[in-house]
Amino acid sequence: MSDTADRVKKIVVEHLGVEADKVTEDASFIDDLGADSLDIVELVMAFEEEFGVEIPDDAAEKIATVADAIKYIDENKG
Amino acid sequence: MRRVVVTGLGLVTPLGADVETVWANLIAGKSGAGPITRFDASDQKCRIACEVKPADHEYGFDASRRVDHKIQRQVDPFIVYGIDAAGQALEDAGLTDMSEEERLHAGCSIGAGIGGLPGIESESLVLAAKGPARVSPHFVHGRLINLISGQVSIKYGLMGPNHAVVTACSTGAHSIGDAARMIKDGDANIMLAGGAESTICPIGIAGFAQARALSTAYNDEPTKASRPYDQGRDGFVMGEGAGVVVLEEYEHALARGAKIYAEVVGYGLSGDAYHVTAPHPQGSGAYRSMEMALRKAGMTPADIDYVNAHGTSTPLGDELELGAVRRLFGDAIGNVSMSSTKSAIGHLLGGAGAVESIFCILAIRDQIVPPTLNLDNPSESCLGVDLVPHVAKKRKVRAVLNNSFGFGGTNASLVLKAI
Repeated sequence: MSDTADRVKKIVVEHLGVEADKVTEDASFIDDLGADSLDIVELVMAFEEEFGVEIPDDAAEKIATVADAIKYIDENKG
Repeated sequence: MRRVVVTGLGLVTPLGADVETVWANLIAGKSGAGPITRFDASDQKCRIACEVKPADHEYGFDASRRVDHKIQRQVDPFIVYGIDAAGQALEDAGLTDMSEEERLHAGCSIGAGIGGLPGIESESLVLAAKGPARVSPHFVHGRLINLISGQVSIKYGLMGPNHAVVTACSTGAHSIGDAARMIKDGDANIMLAGGAESTICPIGIAGFAQARALSTAYNDEPTKASRPYDQGRDGFVMGEGAGVVVLEEYEHALARGAKIYAEVVGYGLSGDAYHVTAPHPQGSGAYRSMEMALRKAGMTPADIDYVNAHGTSTPLGDELELGAVRRLFGDAIGNVSMSSTKSAIGHLLGGAGAVESIFCILAIRDQIVPPTLNLDNPSESCLGVDLVPHVAKKRKVRAVLNNSFGFGGTNASLVLKAI
């Protein structure tokens, strides 16, 4: 697992209070990890802080799974 | 007429996080006061408080028992305490598994005096340091006072009235009184009622200290600081926590064979119409509130065996309340016991009236009244009144009067009696 993936997973576990083994790359934040739309706003803010990236609202709306988040961060971080 | 009884209790306080532990510690004369540990208080005039203890403490609070990890992260501590106390009360009443029909007629009236001050403070600092895009999306609904009632209704599926009183330090008592009326009026058969508070944060302590409301003379002896009626008192000690009761329509409770602790028989309310922080110099608001509660109960002062005083340990307030009790009770003052449990747990602000109502109910159950700690040298005006100094007292307790008074000149009194 990449460094980005490890750090994303850690943030998701901490924010959503889910078991680490549930946070697979194909897990959907809403369907599999119990997040609601505001939880995703909070997760996106945490990713921005952690990786120093900016995730605009239209991009954030397309982040549905853990893999989506990792991919966006890897493609956009400085 | 529909009657209202208490069938469940829940407590989170500086003396424990379940009803029996808190009560045992209170009766044993323990104090919940200590140096502030939540933040560095070294630059504050007041450096002590009655904090709810951490989970690893002998009588600490483990938030994870009844509150999801995610919710703990999103909301202020007063909401966490309130959810837990409400859960305890429902469990105690045997009502955690109600049918949908039952839940349609079960509601919440759990308030707070101030609400999410620690979160408002910390998120304001985030706003100033990092800008608006870093403010939490959970900021608003994690701080709002009615979000204990909101969270509890969602967790337990309670679809009846969803209400939250905000009357400063009278909140807990008003919450119970208002909820009892909702049951009497037929709006609900079951109500979770009470209050919570947690404002032990830099701006909370500074704000009350600047209002000259907090004790500042006992920073080196925290357990001595809350001393209602004592000549050495110099202000209140901030507490935190929650108290929630299950109120239930009497026939409803009987029909399901519920354990009944006490009946809510009287509720009085008044306004001082005098000053934002100082009590009325003749205690007239306090008097009228108590008088109304007794009248509604159809009782006289001679029927009351115990008064749980507002008694915050402020120089002005204690004696004005005592004067009002003395005038109302007349000759009956010689037979009543009156104590301030704020001497042990501090002032829980919006939670106080609910927590103290639970103490009143337990006094009826166990026929013992909790003490006023640190009452070494009573003020002269206390002569002839049994203020239960230092140690709890076994005595007959048929009916009790609980007083709560708040900033803005808002007063509430409840009369509870054995059934």
